[in-house]
Amino acid sequence: MNPEPLVSLRGIHKAFGPVEVLHGVDFEVLPGEVHVLAGENGAGKSTLVNILSGVHSDFTGELVLQGRHRRFSVPSQAAEAGVATIHQELSLVPTMTVADNLFLGREVMGRWGRVDFASQHAEARRILDDAGLDVSPHQLVAELPVSVQQMLEIARALARDAAVLVLDEPTSALAEREVDVLFTRLRSLRDRGRGVVYITHRMEEIYRLADRITVLRDGVRVATAPAAELSPDQLVTLMVGREVTRFRRHDPEAVAARKSAAASRTVALDVHDLTVAHPVPELARAGRRIVDDVSFVLAEGEVLGLAGLQGSGASAVLHALFGALGSRASGRIELFGVPYSPASPKEALRAGVALLAADRKGLGLAPWLSVIHSVSLSSLGRFSGSLGWLRQREERGAVEEVTRGFRLSAPSLDAPVRALSGGNQQKACLARCLMAEPRVLLLDEPTRGIDVGAKADIYALVRDWTDRGISIVLITSEMEELFLLSDRVLVLHRGRIGAEVEGAVATKDAVLAAAMGVDSPEEGAGSLPGEGIDGGAR
Amino acid sequence: MTGSTDSRLRGWLTTPVARALLALALMLVIGSVFNADGAFFRWSVHRDMLRQVSVFGILACGMTVVILTAGIDLSVSSVLALAAVSFAWLTLPMGWPAVWAIPAVLVLGTALGSVSGVLVARMRIQPFIVTLAMMVFARGLAKVVSGGQKITNYVTGADGVAHLVPMPRIFGLIDSRVLGGNVSIVTLVFLACVLATWVILARLRLGRHIYAVGGNEEAARLSGVPVARTLIVAYALSGLMAAVAGICQAAQETQGDPETGMGYELDAIAMVVIGGTSLMGGKGSVVTTLVGVLTIGYLQKILSLNAAPEATRLMLTGAIIICAVLFQRGRDR
Repeated sequence: MNPEPLVSLRGIHKAFGPVEVLHGVDFEVLPGEVHVLAGENGAGKSTLVNILSGVHSDFTGELVLQGRHRRFSVPSQAAEAGVATIHQELSLVPTMTVADNLFLGREVMGRWGRVDFASQHAEARRILDDAGLDVSPHQLVAELPVSVQQMLEIARALARDAAVLVLDEPTSALAEREVDVLFTRLRSLRDRGRGVVYITHRMEEIYRLADRITVLRDGVRVATAPAAELSPDQLVTLMVGREVTRFRRHDPEAVAARKSAAASRTVALDVHDLTVAHPVPELARAGRRIVDDVSFVLAEGEVLGLAGLQGSGASAVLHALFGALGSRASGRIELFGVPYSPASPKEALRAGVALLAADRKGLGLAPWLSVIHSVSLSSLGRFSGSLGWLRQREERGAVEEVTRGFRLSAPSLDAPVRALSGGNQQKACLARCLMAEPRVLLLDEPTRGIDVGAKADIYALVRDWTDRGISIVLITSEMEELFLLSDRVLVLHRGRIGAEVEGAVATKDAVLAAAMGVDSPEEGAGSLPGEGIDGGAR
Repeated sequence: MTGSTDSRLRGWLTTPVARALLALALMLVIGSVFNADGAFFRWSVHRDMLRQVSVFGILACGMTVVILTAGIDLSVSSVLALAAVSFAWLTLPMGWPAVWAIPAVLVLGTALGSVSGVLVARMRIQPFIVTLAMMVFARGLAKVVSGGQKITNYVTGADGVAHLVPMPRIFGLIDSRVLGGNVSIVTLVFLACVLATWVILARLRLGRHIYAVGGNEEAARLSGVPVARTLIVAYALSGLMAAVAGICQAAQETQGDPETGMGYELDAIAMVVIGGTSLMGGKGSVVTTLVGVLTIGYLQKILSLNAAPEATRLMLTGAIIICAVLFQRGRDR
């Protein structure tokens, strides 16, 4: 009854620098099963499959593949050994043809190193037919829509006839019909005795596909069970933690007092039907949206938490409010009663809206700019006269003052920001936002990748700002932080508001359930586990 | 006490300016060793080096600005030629006074730079391609303006008869030497360009925007920096500097030659890079470019004093560029 597993990972530990993200995880895939890996953002799912597929080679623990101890140093070794992986990002060469991509790295060779294009094309034709793809092997990949490219990527992995197929969120770019095709294919693979490892944040996909589910939490395996034995509610509880923590920042009277105070407070930001088109033009033309008719109100001095898993559109909401998405964003927004439609971040800053972007390296900092120049970048207008001549002493004084409030420690304010620790870099980014003297502050993952001390500093600062009347929209993937800081929480699921939760009485599993779409808002969010949910927003 | 002074000195030695200066010092030592029977110790040699390097140096100033934005300007040599030809054409056959001709040429250079800037910033075409096209285009335009000929003071009049016109004084003036014959006017123009570039980069808001855009364009945009405007101004400045260099070139050659300045853009880029400015953008300064200009200037001078053949000169220059960049990079990659 207990067949030999195709793959087993035993006692896997993996650290990135000083931070250990997997603490002795066991995981196995049996022949003929679809094994779903579930867990919150940062639970270690992707790290685990990256070990399996040879992306990470510096781990401790055992990897046994079809009875042999293995340790892959590069992904191609894993592929040869029978682990095919479909990554979240496309790994096709857009300037080559469909057939060339399908056989990239394992070309069908003729004599004297010649590529046998004729058999490659015949074989490609067969693979494409199997995958239900109506494209020519001669077509350039760049000419195909992204969803077809994704299907092609999957077809390529399937064609390798690997013993184990690993898919990490493969459906984010796929249409409904294509998802059906994919699932049919995966089931037929399973029936032929292959093993499938599947990662997804979508509850409905888990239950359509899974034979077994393994739940990871904070780098530890908390459960492995047949899918039939786990209800969605149980699954969410497992992902969040057994002791369902309920944060009570205030006693109920204080909450009520705060609520009525909020009602009487000035409205800082009034957002109606905010919509953001999909970044890929062909999907946008097909009407795909990453933010779909989102409406909410933000009071002066309030912290509104936006919760949502990857791809929920929460980040896009912030970028749209900051004017960073240009014409992709639409909707009616009022800022302190005045119509507000920023065409660029520059205009948003001028109107008093500042954004702290989540991706510090990609979107936040120019690495060689000194601390002082990084912090003052958004408010240089204050320190410059006509012709843009900078009053540098005044600038330095102002930056010194702001950074002192942040307890920012740097070798010197003239050092390049790349010389700072992650926490101090983040403080520099925050200081830049604050220096622009915003009335509304949009914080996207303000404490990602920083240590506990810096986190505490930032929490204190957030309190301080709201006391000064600054309104904040906050995104964070750390639930505890979300509840600690937010007065209210909006939960986004696939670009729509799934639920609104009172911050003080919210529970982690209520938010996570809404974020995963356990119950659609149409059916009423009241049946969700937990309390304090009052259906959709507005 | 000595420990902290020591570590501070060591800290200073790793800065790009210090490294660039060390490379220059090394070059001077080499010059002192291979001094061509003491010729290297004569002031006139250094004065001539400065004069010869000035036109390149002016181009390198504009190039520094563009490279700091993570771009490149290959068109400077052609814009230089176009400016030289236009200046000669306006002052000789057209007989314009210099006070009109100079601003007109500067506007022309700035306009061509702005066109490159718009194509880079608004049309999102790669700087290499935009300025490569501009390089070809401006060279062609220079040939149109000059009719494919060198423009000299041998002018064909309205009657179809060619005759000599007197050389306008501005030509001699730009090429003259002041301060007791010690410094060429062209060198002063070069130093003025360095100073102006330094002010822009280190003292103006525009400079901050240039560094921010070059260091991380998306971060700059999200910080409210007008990215497109900054890029356009950077290329316009490079065009302006190329026009200044073109006027100097015309004065030194006492003619407007549409073929002049071929390949100068590569010398200018080499000077910027030897100074330690990163081609990735966002890191560097015009001060190190000045040092880079002097380093290459001395290298050329030492080789010519020692009568090194052209082939040797080219090979050595190539090798020196690589060595200098490796030295600049040092341990912090």
